[in-house]
Amino acid sequence: MICSGLLSVRGMPMPETQAVSIPDFCLVVLVGASGSGKSTFARRHFLETEIISSDNCRGLIMDDETDQSATTDAFDLIHHMAGLRLKNRRLTVIDSTAARKEDRAQLVALARKWHAPVVALVLDIDPEICHARNAGRDNRNFGEQVPRNHSRMIRRGLRNFKFEGFSDWHVMRDEAAVEAVEIVREPLWTDLRKEHGPFDIIGDVHGCFDELTALLAQLGYQVDDYEQGETLFNAFHPDGRIAFFVGDLCDRGPRNVDVLRLVMGMAAAGTARCVIGNHDFKLLKWLRGKKTTLTHGLDLTVAELEQTSEEFRRSVREFIFSLRSHAWLDDGNLVVVHAGLKEEMHGRGSGALRSFAMFGDTTGEVDEFGLPVRLEWARDYRGRAAVVFGHTPTREAQWLNGTLCIDTGCVFGGTLTALRWPEKELVALPALKEYAEPARPLDTDTGAFGDGQLIYFDELIGKQRIETRFKSTIIVPEQNAAAALEITSRFGIDPRWLIHLPPTMAPCPTAPEGPFLEHPDQALDAYNKEGIEEVVAQEKHMGSRSLLVVCRDGEAAARRFRVEDGKAGVIYTRTGRPFFRSDEMEAMLVDRVGSAIGKAGLWDELDSDWLLIDAELMPWSAKAQDLLRQQYGPTAVAARASVEALQDALARAASNAGELDELKAKVAGGIERAERFEQALKGYCWEAASLDDYRLAPFHLLASEGHVYDGEPHSWHMQTLARICAHDPILQETTWRALSTSSSDDRAALIDWWIGHTDAGGEGMVIKPSTFIARGERRMVQPAMKVRGRNYLSIIYGPDYDAPHNLDRLRKRGLKRKWTMAMREFALGLEGLHSFVEGAPLARAHQCALAILALESEPVDPRL
Amino acid sequence: MQLELTLTGRAGDFSARDLGFLLHKHPDHVHKRQVAVGDAYVFFTESGDERTTVVLAIDVDPVALVRGRSPGDRGLLTQYVNDRPYAASSFLSVAISKSFGQSMSGRSKERQDLAERKLDFEARVVPVALTGDLDVAHRLFEPLGYKVVTDLLPVSLDANERRYASLTLCSEVRLADLLNHIYVLLPVLDNAKHWWIDEAEVANLLAKGEGWLEGHPEKEFIARRALKHRRGLANMALARLKEAEASEDAPDEEEQAAEKQQQSEGALEKPIRLHELRLDTVAGVLRANNAASVLDLGCGEGKLMARLIKERGIRRIVGVDASIATLERAARRLYLDRAGETMRERVQLLQGSLTYADRRLEGFDAAALVEVIEHIDPPRLSALASAVFGVAKPNLVVVTTPNREYNALFEAMPAGTLRHPDHRFEWTRAEFADWSQGVAQMFAYTVEFSPLGPVDEAHGPPSQMAVFKRGAK
Repeated sequence: MICSGLLSVRGMPMPETQAVSIPDFCLVVLVGASGSGKSTFARRHFLETEIISSDNCRGLIMDDETDQSATTDAFDLIHHMAGLRLKNRRLTVIDSTAARKEDRAQLVALARKWHAPVVALVLDIDPEICHARNAGRDNRNFGEQVPRNHSRMIRRGLRNFKFEGFSDWHVMRDEAAVEAVEIVREPLWTDLRKEHGPFDIIGDVHGCFDELTALLAQLGYQVDDYEQGETLFNAFHPDGRIAFFVGDLCDRGPRNVDVLRLVMGMAAAGTARCVIGNHDFKLLKWLRGKKTTLTHGLDLTVAELEQTSEEFRRSVREFIFSLRSHAWLDDGNLVVVHAGLKEEMHGRGSGALRSFAMFGDTTGEVDEFGLPVRLEWARDYRGRAAVVFGHTPTREAQWLNGTLCIDTGCVFGGTLTALRWPEKELVALPALKEYAEPARPLDTDTGAFGDGQLIYFDELIGKQRIETRFKSTIIVPEQNAAAALEITSRFGIDPRWLIHLPPTMAPCPTAPEGPFLEHPDQALDAYNKEGIEEVVAQEKHMGSRSLLVVCRDGEAAARRFRVEDGKAGVIYTRTGRPFFRSDEMEAMLVDRVGSAIGKAGLWDELDSDWLLIDAELMPWSAKAQDLLRQQYGPTAVAARASVEALQDALARAASNAGELDELKAKVAGGIERAERFEQALKGYCWEAASLDDYRLAPFHLLASEGHVYDGEPHSWHMQTLARICAHDPILQETTWRALSTSSSDDRAALIDWWIGHTDAGGEGMVIKPSTFIARGERRMVQPAMKVRGRNYLSIIYGPDYDAPHNLDRLRKRGLKRKWTMAMREFALGLEGLHSFVEGAPLARAHQCALAILALESEPVDPRL
Repeated sequence: MQLELTLTGRAGDFSARDLGFLLHKHPDHVHKRQVAVGDAYVFFTESGDERTTVVLAIDVDPVALVRGRSPGDRGLLTQYVNDRPYAASSFLSVAISKSFGQSMSGRSKERQDLAERKLDFEARVVPVALTGDLDVAHRLFEPLGYKVVTDLLPVSLDANERRYASLTLCSEVRLADLLNHIYVLLPVLDNAKHWWIDEAEVANLLAKGEGWLEGHPEKEFIARRALKHRRGLANMALARLKEAEASEDAPDEEEQAAEKQQQSEGALEKPIRLHELRLDTVAGVLRANNAASVLDLGCGEGKLMARLIKERGIRRIVGVDASIATLERAARRLYLDRAGETMRERVQLLQGSLTYADRRLEGFDAAALVEVIEHIDPPRLSALASAVFGVAKPNLVVVTTPNREYNALFEAMPAGTLRHPDHRFEWTRAEFADWSQGVAQMFAYTVEFSPLGPVDEAHGPPSQMAVFKRGAK
């Protein structure tokens, strides 16, 4: 910590104003005898809300600012209020005499707790002047010894302010000096929120110069030609990007001095920045001539540096000395740090913070390789800013709760990784060779997710924050996460099978007029507006959404899914529960789908032992028994009985018939509507006693070994699945067609098809962009929209929904929430599936599945 | 939904057309009023000296029902399609009180004498919903002197749980009594009320039930359903009916369901009070091993925890269950919501699941899994073993589970069934020993077995216990 000295010396002429700069976040401690003018000073330079004064606190407690009996309580209050302000990162001024060392020590400890710098402003005023002032005020007649004692204690203490822990202090020797001060607030050294990059954040280099220059070149930097010697050289990006190093530039690797020359050169030219790592810190210790054990590769760096000039070494020392603990960037959305940083430390400064930033959250425990147990902080991290860090070599950079470790062990023969920000793209180059042997194999899981199969409940409770590869971050509130966990714990299938949950599907925008609530025109218009020309329309089956994991056989399942239930596959619902109550039924259906896949030759063609299929399983009544018994069936009976009785009574009405016209008009057609409701219902219900009574209509072939088929167009999914369906009568092909959103012929033909299909009892259709993932001009667009038929909608909205007096009111339905939910669930579903296919720890796929369930517990109109 | 009311006149005494005076409704006009969910219409279908019939029909607005009438109002019912717009329900009760309020209090401007007399009435309500017992309408109205006819309507899809009927009530009755009976008993039949139930509702029930409810043989049933199964309110109402028969502990609906499940197991095992014995034995094992911090994994409503709280040597007890509702009940039963800080630090409840690993469960002396493992699907037992013995790894683990062999001795139990509908398996002594020894070996524990309950020579004890201790022999 750098300390500044004295502002003025008594008797010397004072400049008119004297600027005193302090961090805009710190704890300011005013030090001065009673009567030295602290309160006046404070009011002149700080907001009223920033000042906590001991007098005021005494008054708050005892109604008397001078009641010394309340002093202990008053200081409790000061500490409490100051603590809360510092927690919220607000500058805070303590206005008390702070004459005694013990009083100051408490304030310094408080500031440290919240990682706030602490600045002393000392009003060293002649005790006689203080006494004169006190004498002029009510209840301040302490006697002249009081300010004199204060003043003596303060002057004595000043010598040791540095050791008391003040990061800075300013002394005003007389009233003129007090008058002259002008406080200038500057952002704290770690607060770089105004810098937006773009950045390329680069992992631990450890002297791997060749890999670094290659990576910079790949990132688009132009690197100066290499020359032997000590001169610094530069690299710059034509787009003005900034390379941001997470520290640990040296040690273990082959060309430590060259790395320093490049990074220091870039830093001097403003094309790179760096935060301090533990290796850099240790090197600094050596450079300062302190006793240092030359281990962990420092010996190599030192050997190289010993060949350089003293001047070069001094410039290295100054460079490392200037490195900060971390950088809080991009409006607070990004933190770059060496070993990690908890949210309550972002953009702050303290010794503890610096050590956390360099060494991480060490528990004192060591693992079986003798290395400190770390990474706990990332497991618990729930903060807003993305934290990008290095320090702990892992095989692959992987987001965890909004944190990303990009030390991928280059010096240990791994890769050198960069994260492009704000694009969030990872760029990695393999090391040319293994320069050092890691103490722990890189493949060893560092404990972020456990051993890969074990899922930790404590990681899944609390607010969840999931970064998906589709550049969306999904937040799940705590209560929803708890509800989802309860559901999967009590009713869910084995998480090892639960590799994906499907997203909910958005309805098309509401038809503005006519007899329809939903109509294909609106879906086509919506896609057309997003610039999507090619779409497909698929028949929507009225059954129950089901996911099928089908393996070649039980052994293949045990191998890939590491399950022990002997199953060759599972069928589960869109909430992750087993579809069938009976394992036997499930096994038979899995077996039939499996043999159809085999007959179609797809096991070999896709070179996989397993497939994940998204399908609709019919009849609806098989899964919806309870709903039918408790709600839909009764509604049909009650609706009909009610309208029949009323029509009958109206026919007999003896009262003035004209006054009943309005009611008669409303009731007209009611019997027909009730009948339509019942008919629509019956069409989706049939007795399914044996497997042959079921129909399975697959529509997405989601994944197989090594592949998520979100890059294949829907035509591929339809054609490939049709080949499976050809081999078993219970498998039902889905009717579909491709069309253009701007062709009026296509649209007319589609509408004819839709009307014919829905009048014949079909549920409706789904319109999707022809590609599985479609991007509009600015963002991803809805992966699918459903357009449900008129008759089917009566099951959803009730028998009388399209009576003329109801339909127009129903058109006012809010779709926004459902739409965003569908998008978020789509991203989560694919994120989970990709991570499973890539072999990431199961917890990742599980976290995504839980998040989808949690989102589904949000209150959204169930009719959408 | 509608109510039809027919009055039969008596020649030389009064004309049936006086019904209009009794209801303050002119027979030649249609009377329309807005009610919360739509419009109520009153009109006459017959108007003669001999017979006069009035109809009260509600046209429920299904859109308003779902959406609410004003923006921001989320509506009364948020779930899917249902029978609310159609079945006679509390909506009809409200319409009766709005349209016929004066008549309900027994007043008539023009025919006060008739209002005070018992007259020949027939009331028809269409459609009424019947849940559970189809006889319920008879049980409710016959004690009040009505001749009751229920014509069941045919079901639509063969598996309907709710049936509908047209309900006809005939009696010589005061009009006010008839209307009050219907007002109170319709929502009871329907088993739902659309308005918020609070203490004022108790007063309302008592007012409308004055003079007949206290003597009704089904008054408890009526109070319970009318107050939407809110135990406290139902008790309050019953107490004020001067016979506080319902016990303090009458469980509310939610707890009833949970208890019903346990009853099957409890009833079977009752003669030997097995569960008490299990809990005592487990507490004894924990005491004997000086366990100072204990996990109750699968704590349910906290029966074991309640016992452990009384043990002096235990300084920390943490109960874990997957169900948030169960944990809330446990907190109530253990009085954690009103406990002091020391108690709250000593006794904690956590949401958790035994098939997930959980670092919060590390560092305890002991864990108890009392009748828990049999609720886990067998393929997930390995996850349980890793979570408990591999991650939490307390020094002592006590596991109890039923002994399937003993089931043969439960007379009421059909062969081949399990003791509880949620049991995923029940093990023989050999199967339990097999699994336990495998787990002990894998995670470096030793294990010993003890019987729980009286040991039958052939079938062993009703329940069995394994005590695992960390560290190989």
